[in-house]
Amino acid sequence: MSDTYTRPIPQADEESREFYDGARRHELMLMRCKDCRAWRLPSRPRCPDCWSTDTAWEKASGRGTLYSFGVMHQKFPGFSEDGPYHYAIVELEEGPRIVSNVVGVPDDEIRVDMPLVAYFDDVSDDTTLVRFMSDKS
Amino acid sequence: MDATGRELKARAAITGLGISEMGRVYGHDAQHFAAEAIQRAVADAGLRKEDIDGLLVNPGVSALGGMGGVGLQNYLGLTNLRLLSSMNVGGATANVMVQYAAMSVIHGMANHVVCVFADAPLQPNKGGGAAYAGMGRPTRPSGMGGLYPAFGVMGINAHYAIAARRHMAMYGTTNDHFGAIAVAERQWAAMNPIAEHREPMTLEDYHASRWVAEPLHLLDCCLVSNGGVAVIVSRADAAKDMKQPPAYIWGMGQGHPGDMRRKGWDVETQTGAPMSKEKAFAMAGIGIDDVDVLQAYDCYTYTVLVTLEDYGFCAKSEGGPFVADGKLAPGGALPTNTGGGQLSAYYMWGMTPLSEGIIQARGQGGDRQVDKHDVVLVTGNGGILDHHSTIVLSPHDA
Repeated sequence: MSDTYTRPIPQADEESREFYDGARRHELMLMRCKDCRAWRLPSRPRCPDCWSTDTAWEKASGRGTLYSFGVMHQKFPGFSEDGPYHYAIVELEEGPRIVSNVVGVPDDEIRVDMPLVAYFDDVSDDTTLVRFMSDKS
Repeated sequence: MDATGRELKARAAITGLGISEMGRVYGHDAQHFAAEAIQRAVADAGLRKEDIDGLLVNPGVSALGGMGGVGLQNYLGLTNLRLLSSMNVGGATANVMVQYAAMSVIHGMANHVVCVFADAPLQPNKGGGAAYAGMGRPTRPSGMGGLYPAFGVMGINAHYAIAARRHMAMYGTTNDHFGAIAVAERQWAAMNPIAEHREPMTLEDYHASRWVAEPLHLLDCCLVSNGGVAVIVSRADAAKDMKQPPAYIWGMGQGHPGDMRRKGWDVETQTGAPMSKEKAFAMAGIGIDDVDVLQAYDCYTYTVLVTLEDYGFCAKSEGGPFVADGKLAPGGALPTNTGGGQLSAYYMWGMTPLSEGIIQARGQGGDRQVDKHDVVLVTGNGGILDHHSTIVLSPHDA
């Protein structure tokens, strides 16, 4: 946790509360359809595969690969003092893709398809962001 | 009616084109530009305002004429409308409006339908990106969408950078390849009197332009323009006796594959273009080798590259080498974005490629006119590669 964290801190809503609560417990939680068993992200009340509304939250493995990334040079509030920063789309082992970033890897060593594992970053008293670090195992 | 839609080929035509004052033009709202474009299109077609009985409106980021286009209708005193709607699938909309207009005139719902796009996002002393920043999906700070601002994914550039990077990683595409597209379009722009950027540009200039969102340089990104473009769609039999040479609509299609945002669903590198092309080419009765001139939607250089692959001008993965040899430039085998496109000429969403396609099909391109222009392909792209639309134009009625 940092007192100097300036970037936007997201707020849970009704449909995402279990995701954010899970992150605070250091668990990556995803919605899963109880009928067709498809994992989905973002969280939504209806399964886009079979239209079932019977759903449950399940803990994901936390493993994935880097689908793609960018390095932002434009200035946005909360990010402007840090210089260029990277942002990432991570493809989770269960299938869904999540926006995040990669920590502990020098920017010039970030590669598409690199294996990653979830890292839970407690950015405030009540919010934990799911970032990813290299999974060398 | 069979499944190919072949009986719709060349049953409608574009009979009027109007381009307003364009670019860094200040002091007017979008409605002003829309009205100016429509007035010019009606004059171009040799019609009177009473002849206009259909109006389809695509607002940009500026509000344009209120819900359903009724504000613009009343501003222009169009009192004879049998058809009026506001439509928006982003940069795919221009071709989509023309498609609904064509079906309407073919089936007798209207005679002369105006399709218009206008926008006025530029303000003096403000960066062009200001109006578009924050438009990236999704931007709400709460819920799962809150993750995007949390990680700094803001604006459209961020999303297209993700798409371009994925293609580079999968297929070895390089910034030199993207740069070749920007350079080719600038060469065309030099011959277009209304292009905003006509000064020469080299590959070195491309690499020297600042990063916006890596791997995208500033010169990978479209302009932002104030202005409006209007086209008029009429029945083919009426078009024969009108003022301009008709640009017959040979084929049309759309492709909206959706994005499940998970493994196996790579809309960043496999767009809706194949779906859209299949219908349009079947209707036109053409193959890819029949295309003489290409007007490819170019919100970014990358969009052109992936469009070339997805129409089958080259194989998937080969877009980079395909563009690297100057094929798209003046004198090349596939003249592409012959007005300078949205990268160098003007940014009017799908109206940029459509307007230049009409000019080329009519043979009115002046210094930049392509000799062989029997089949002109116009593509549209909207959202973050969410929507695709196709129009095939020809000066020939069969």
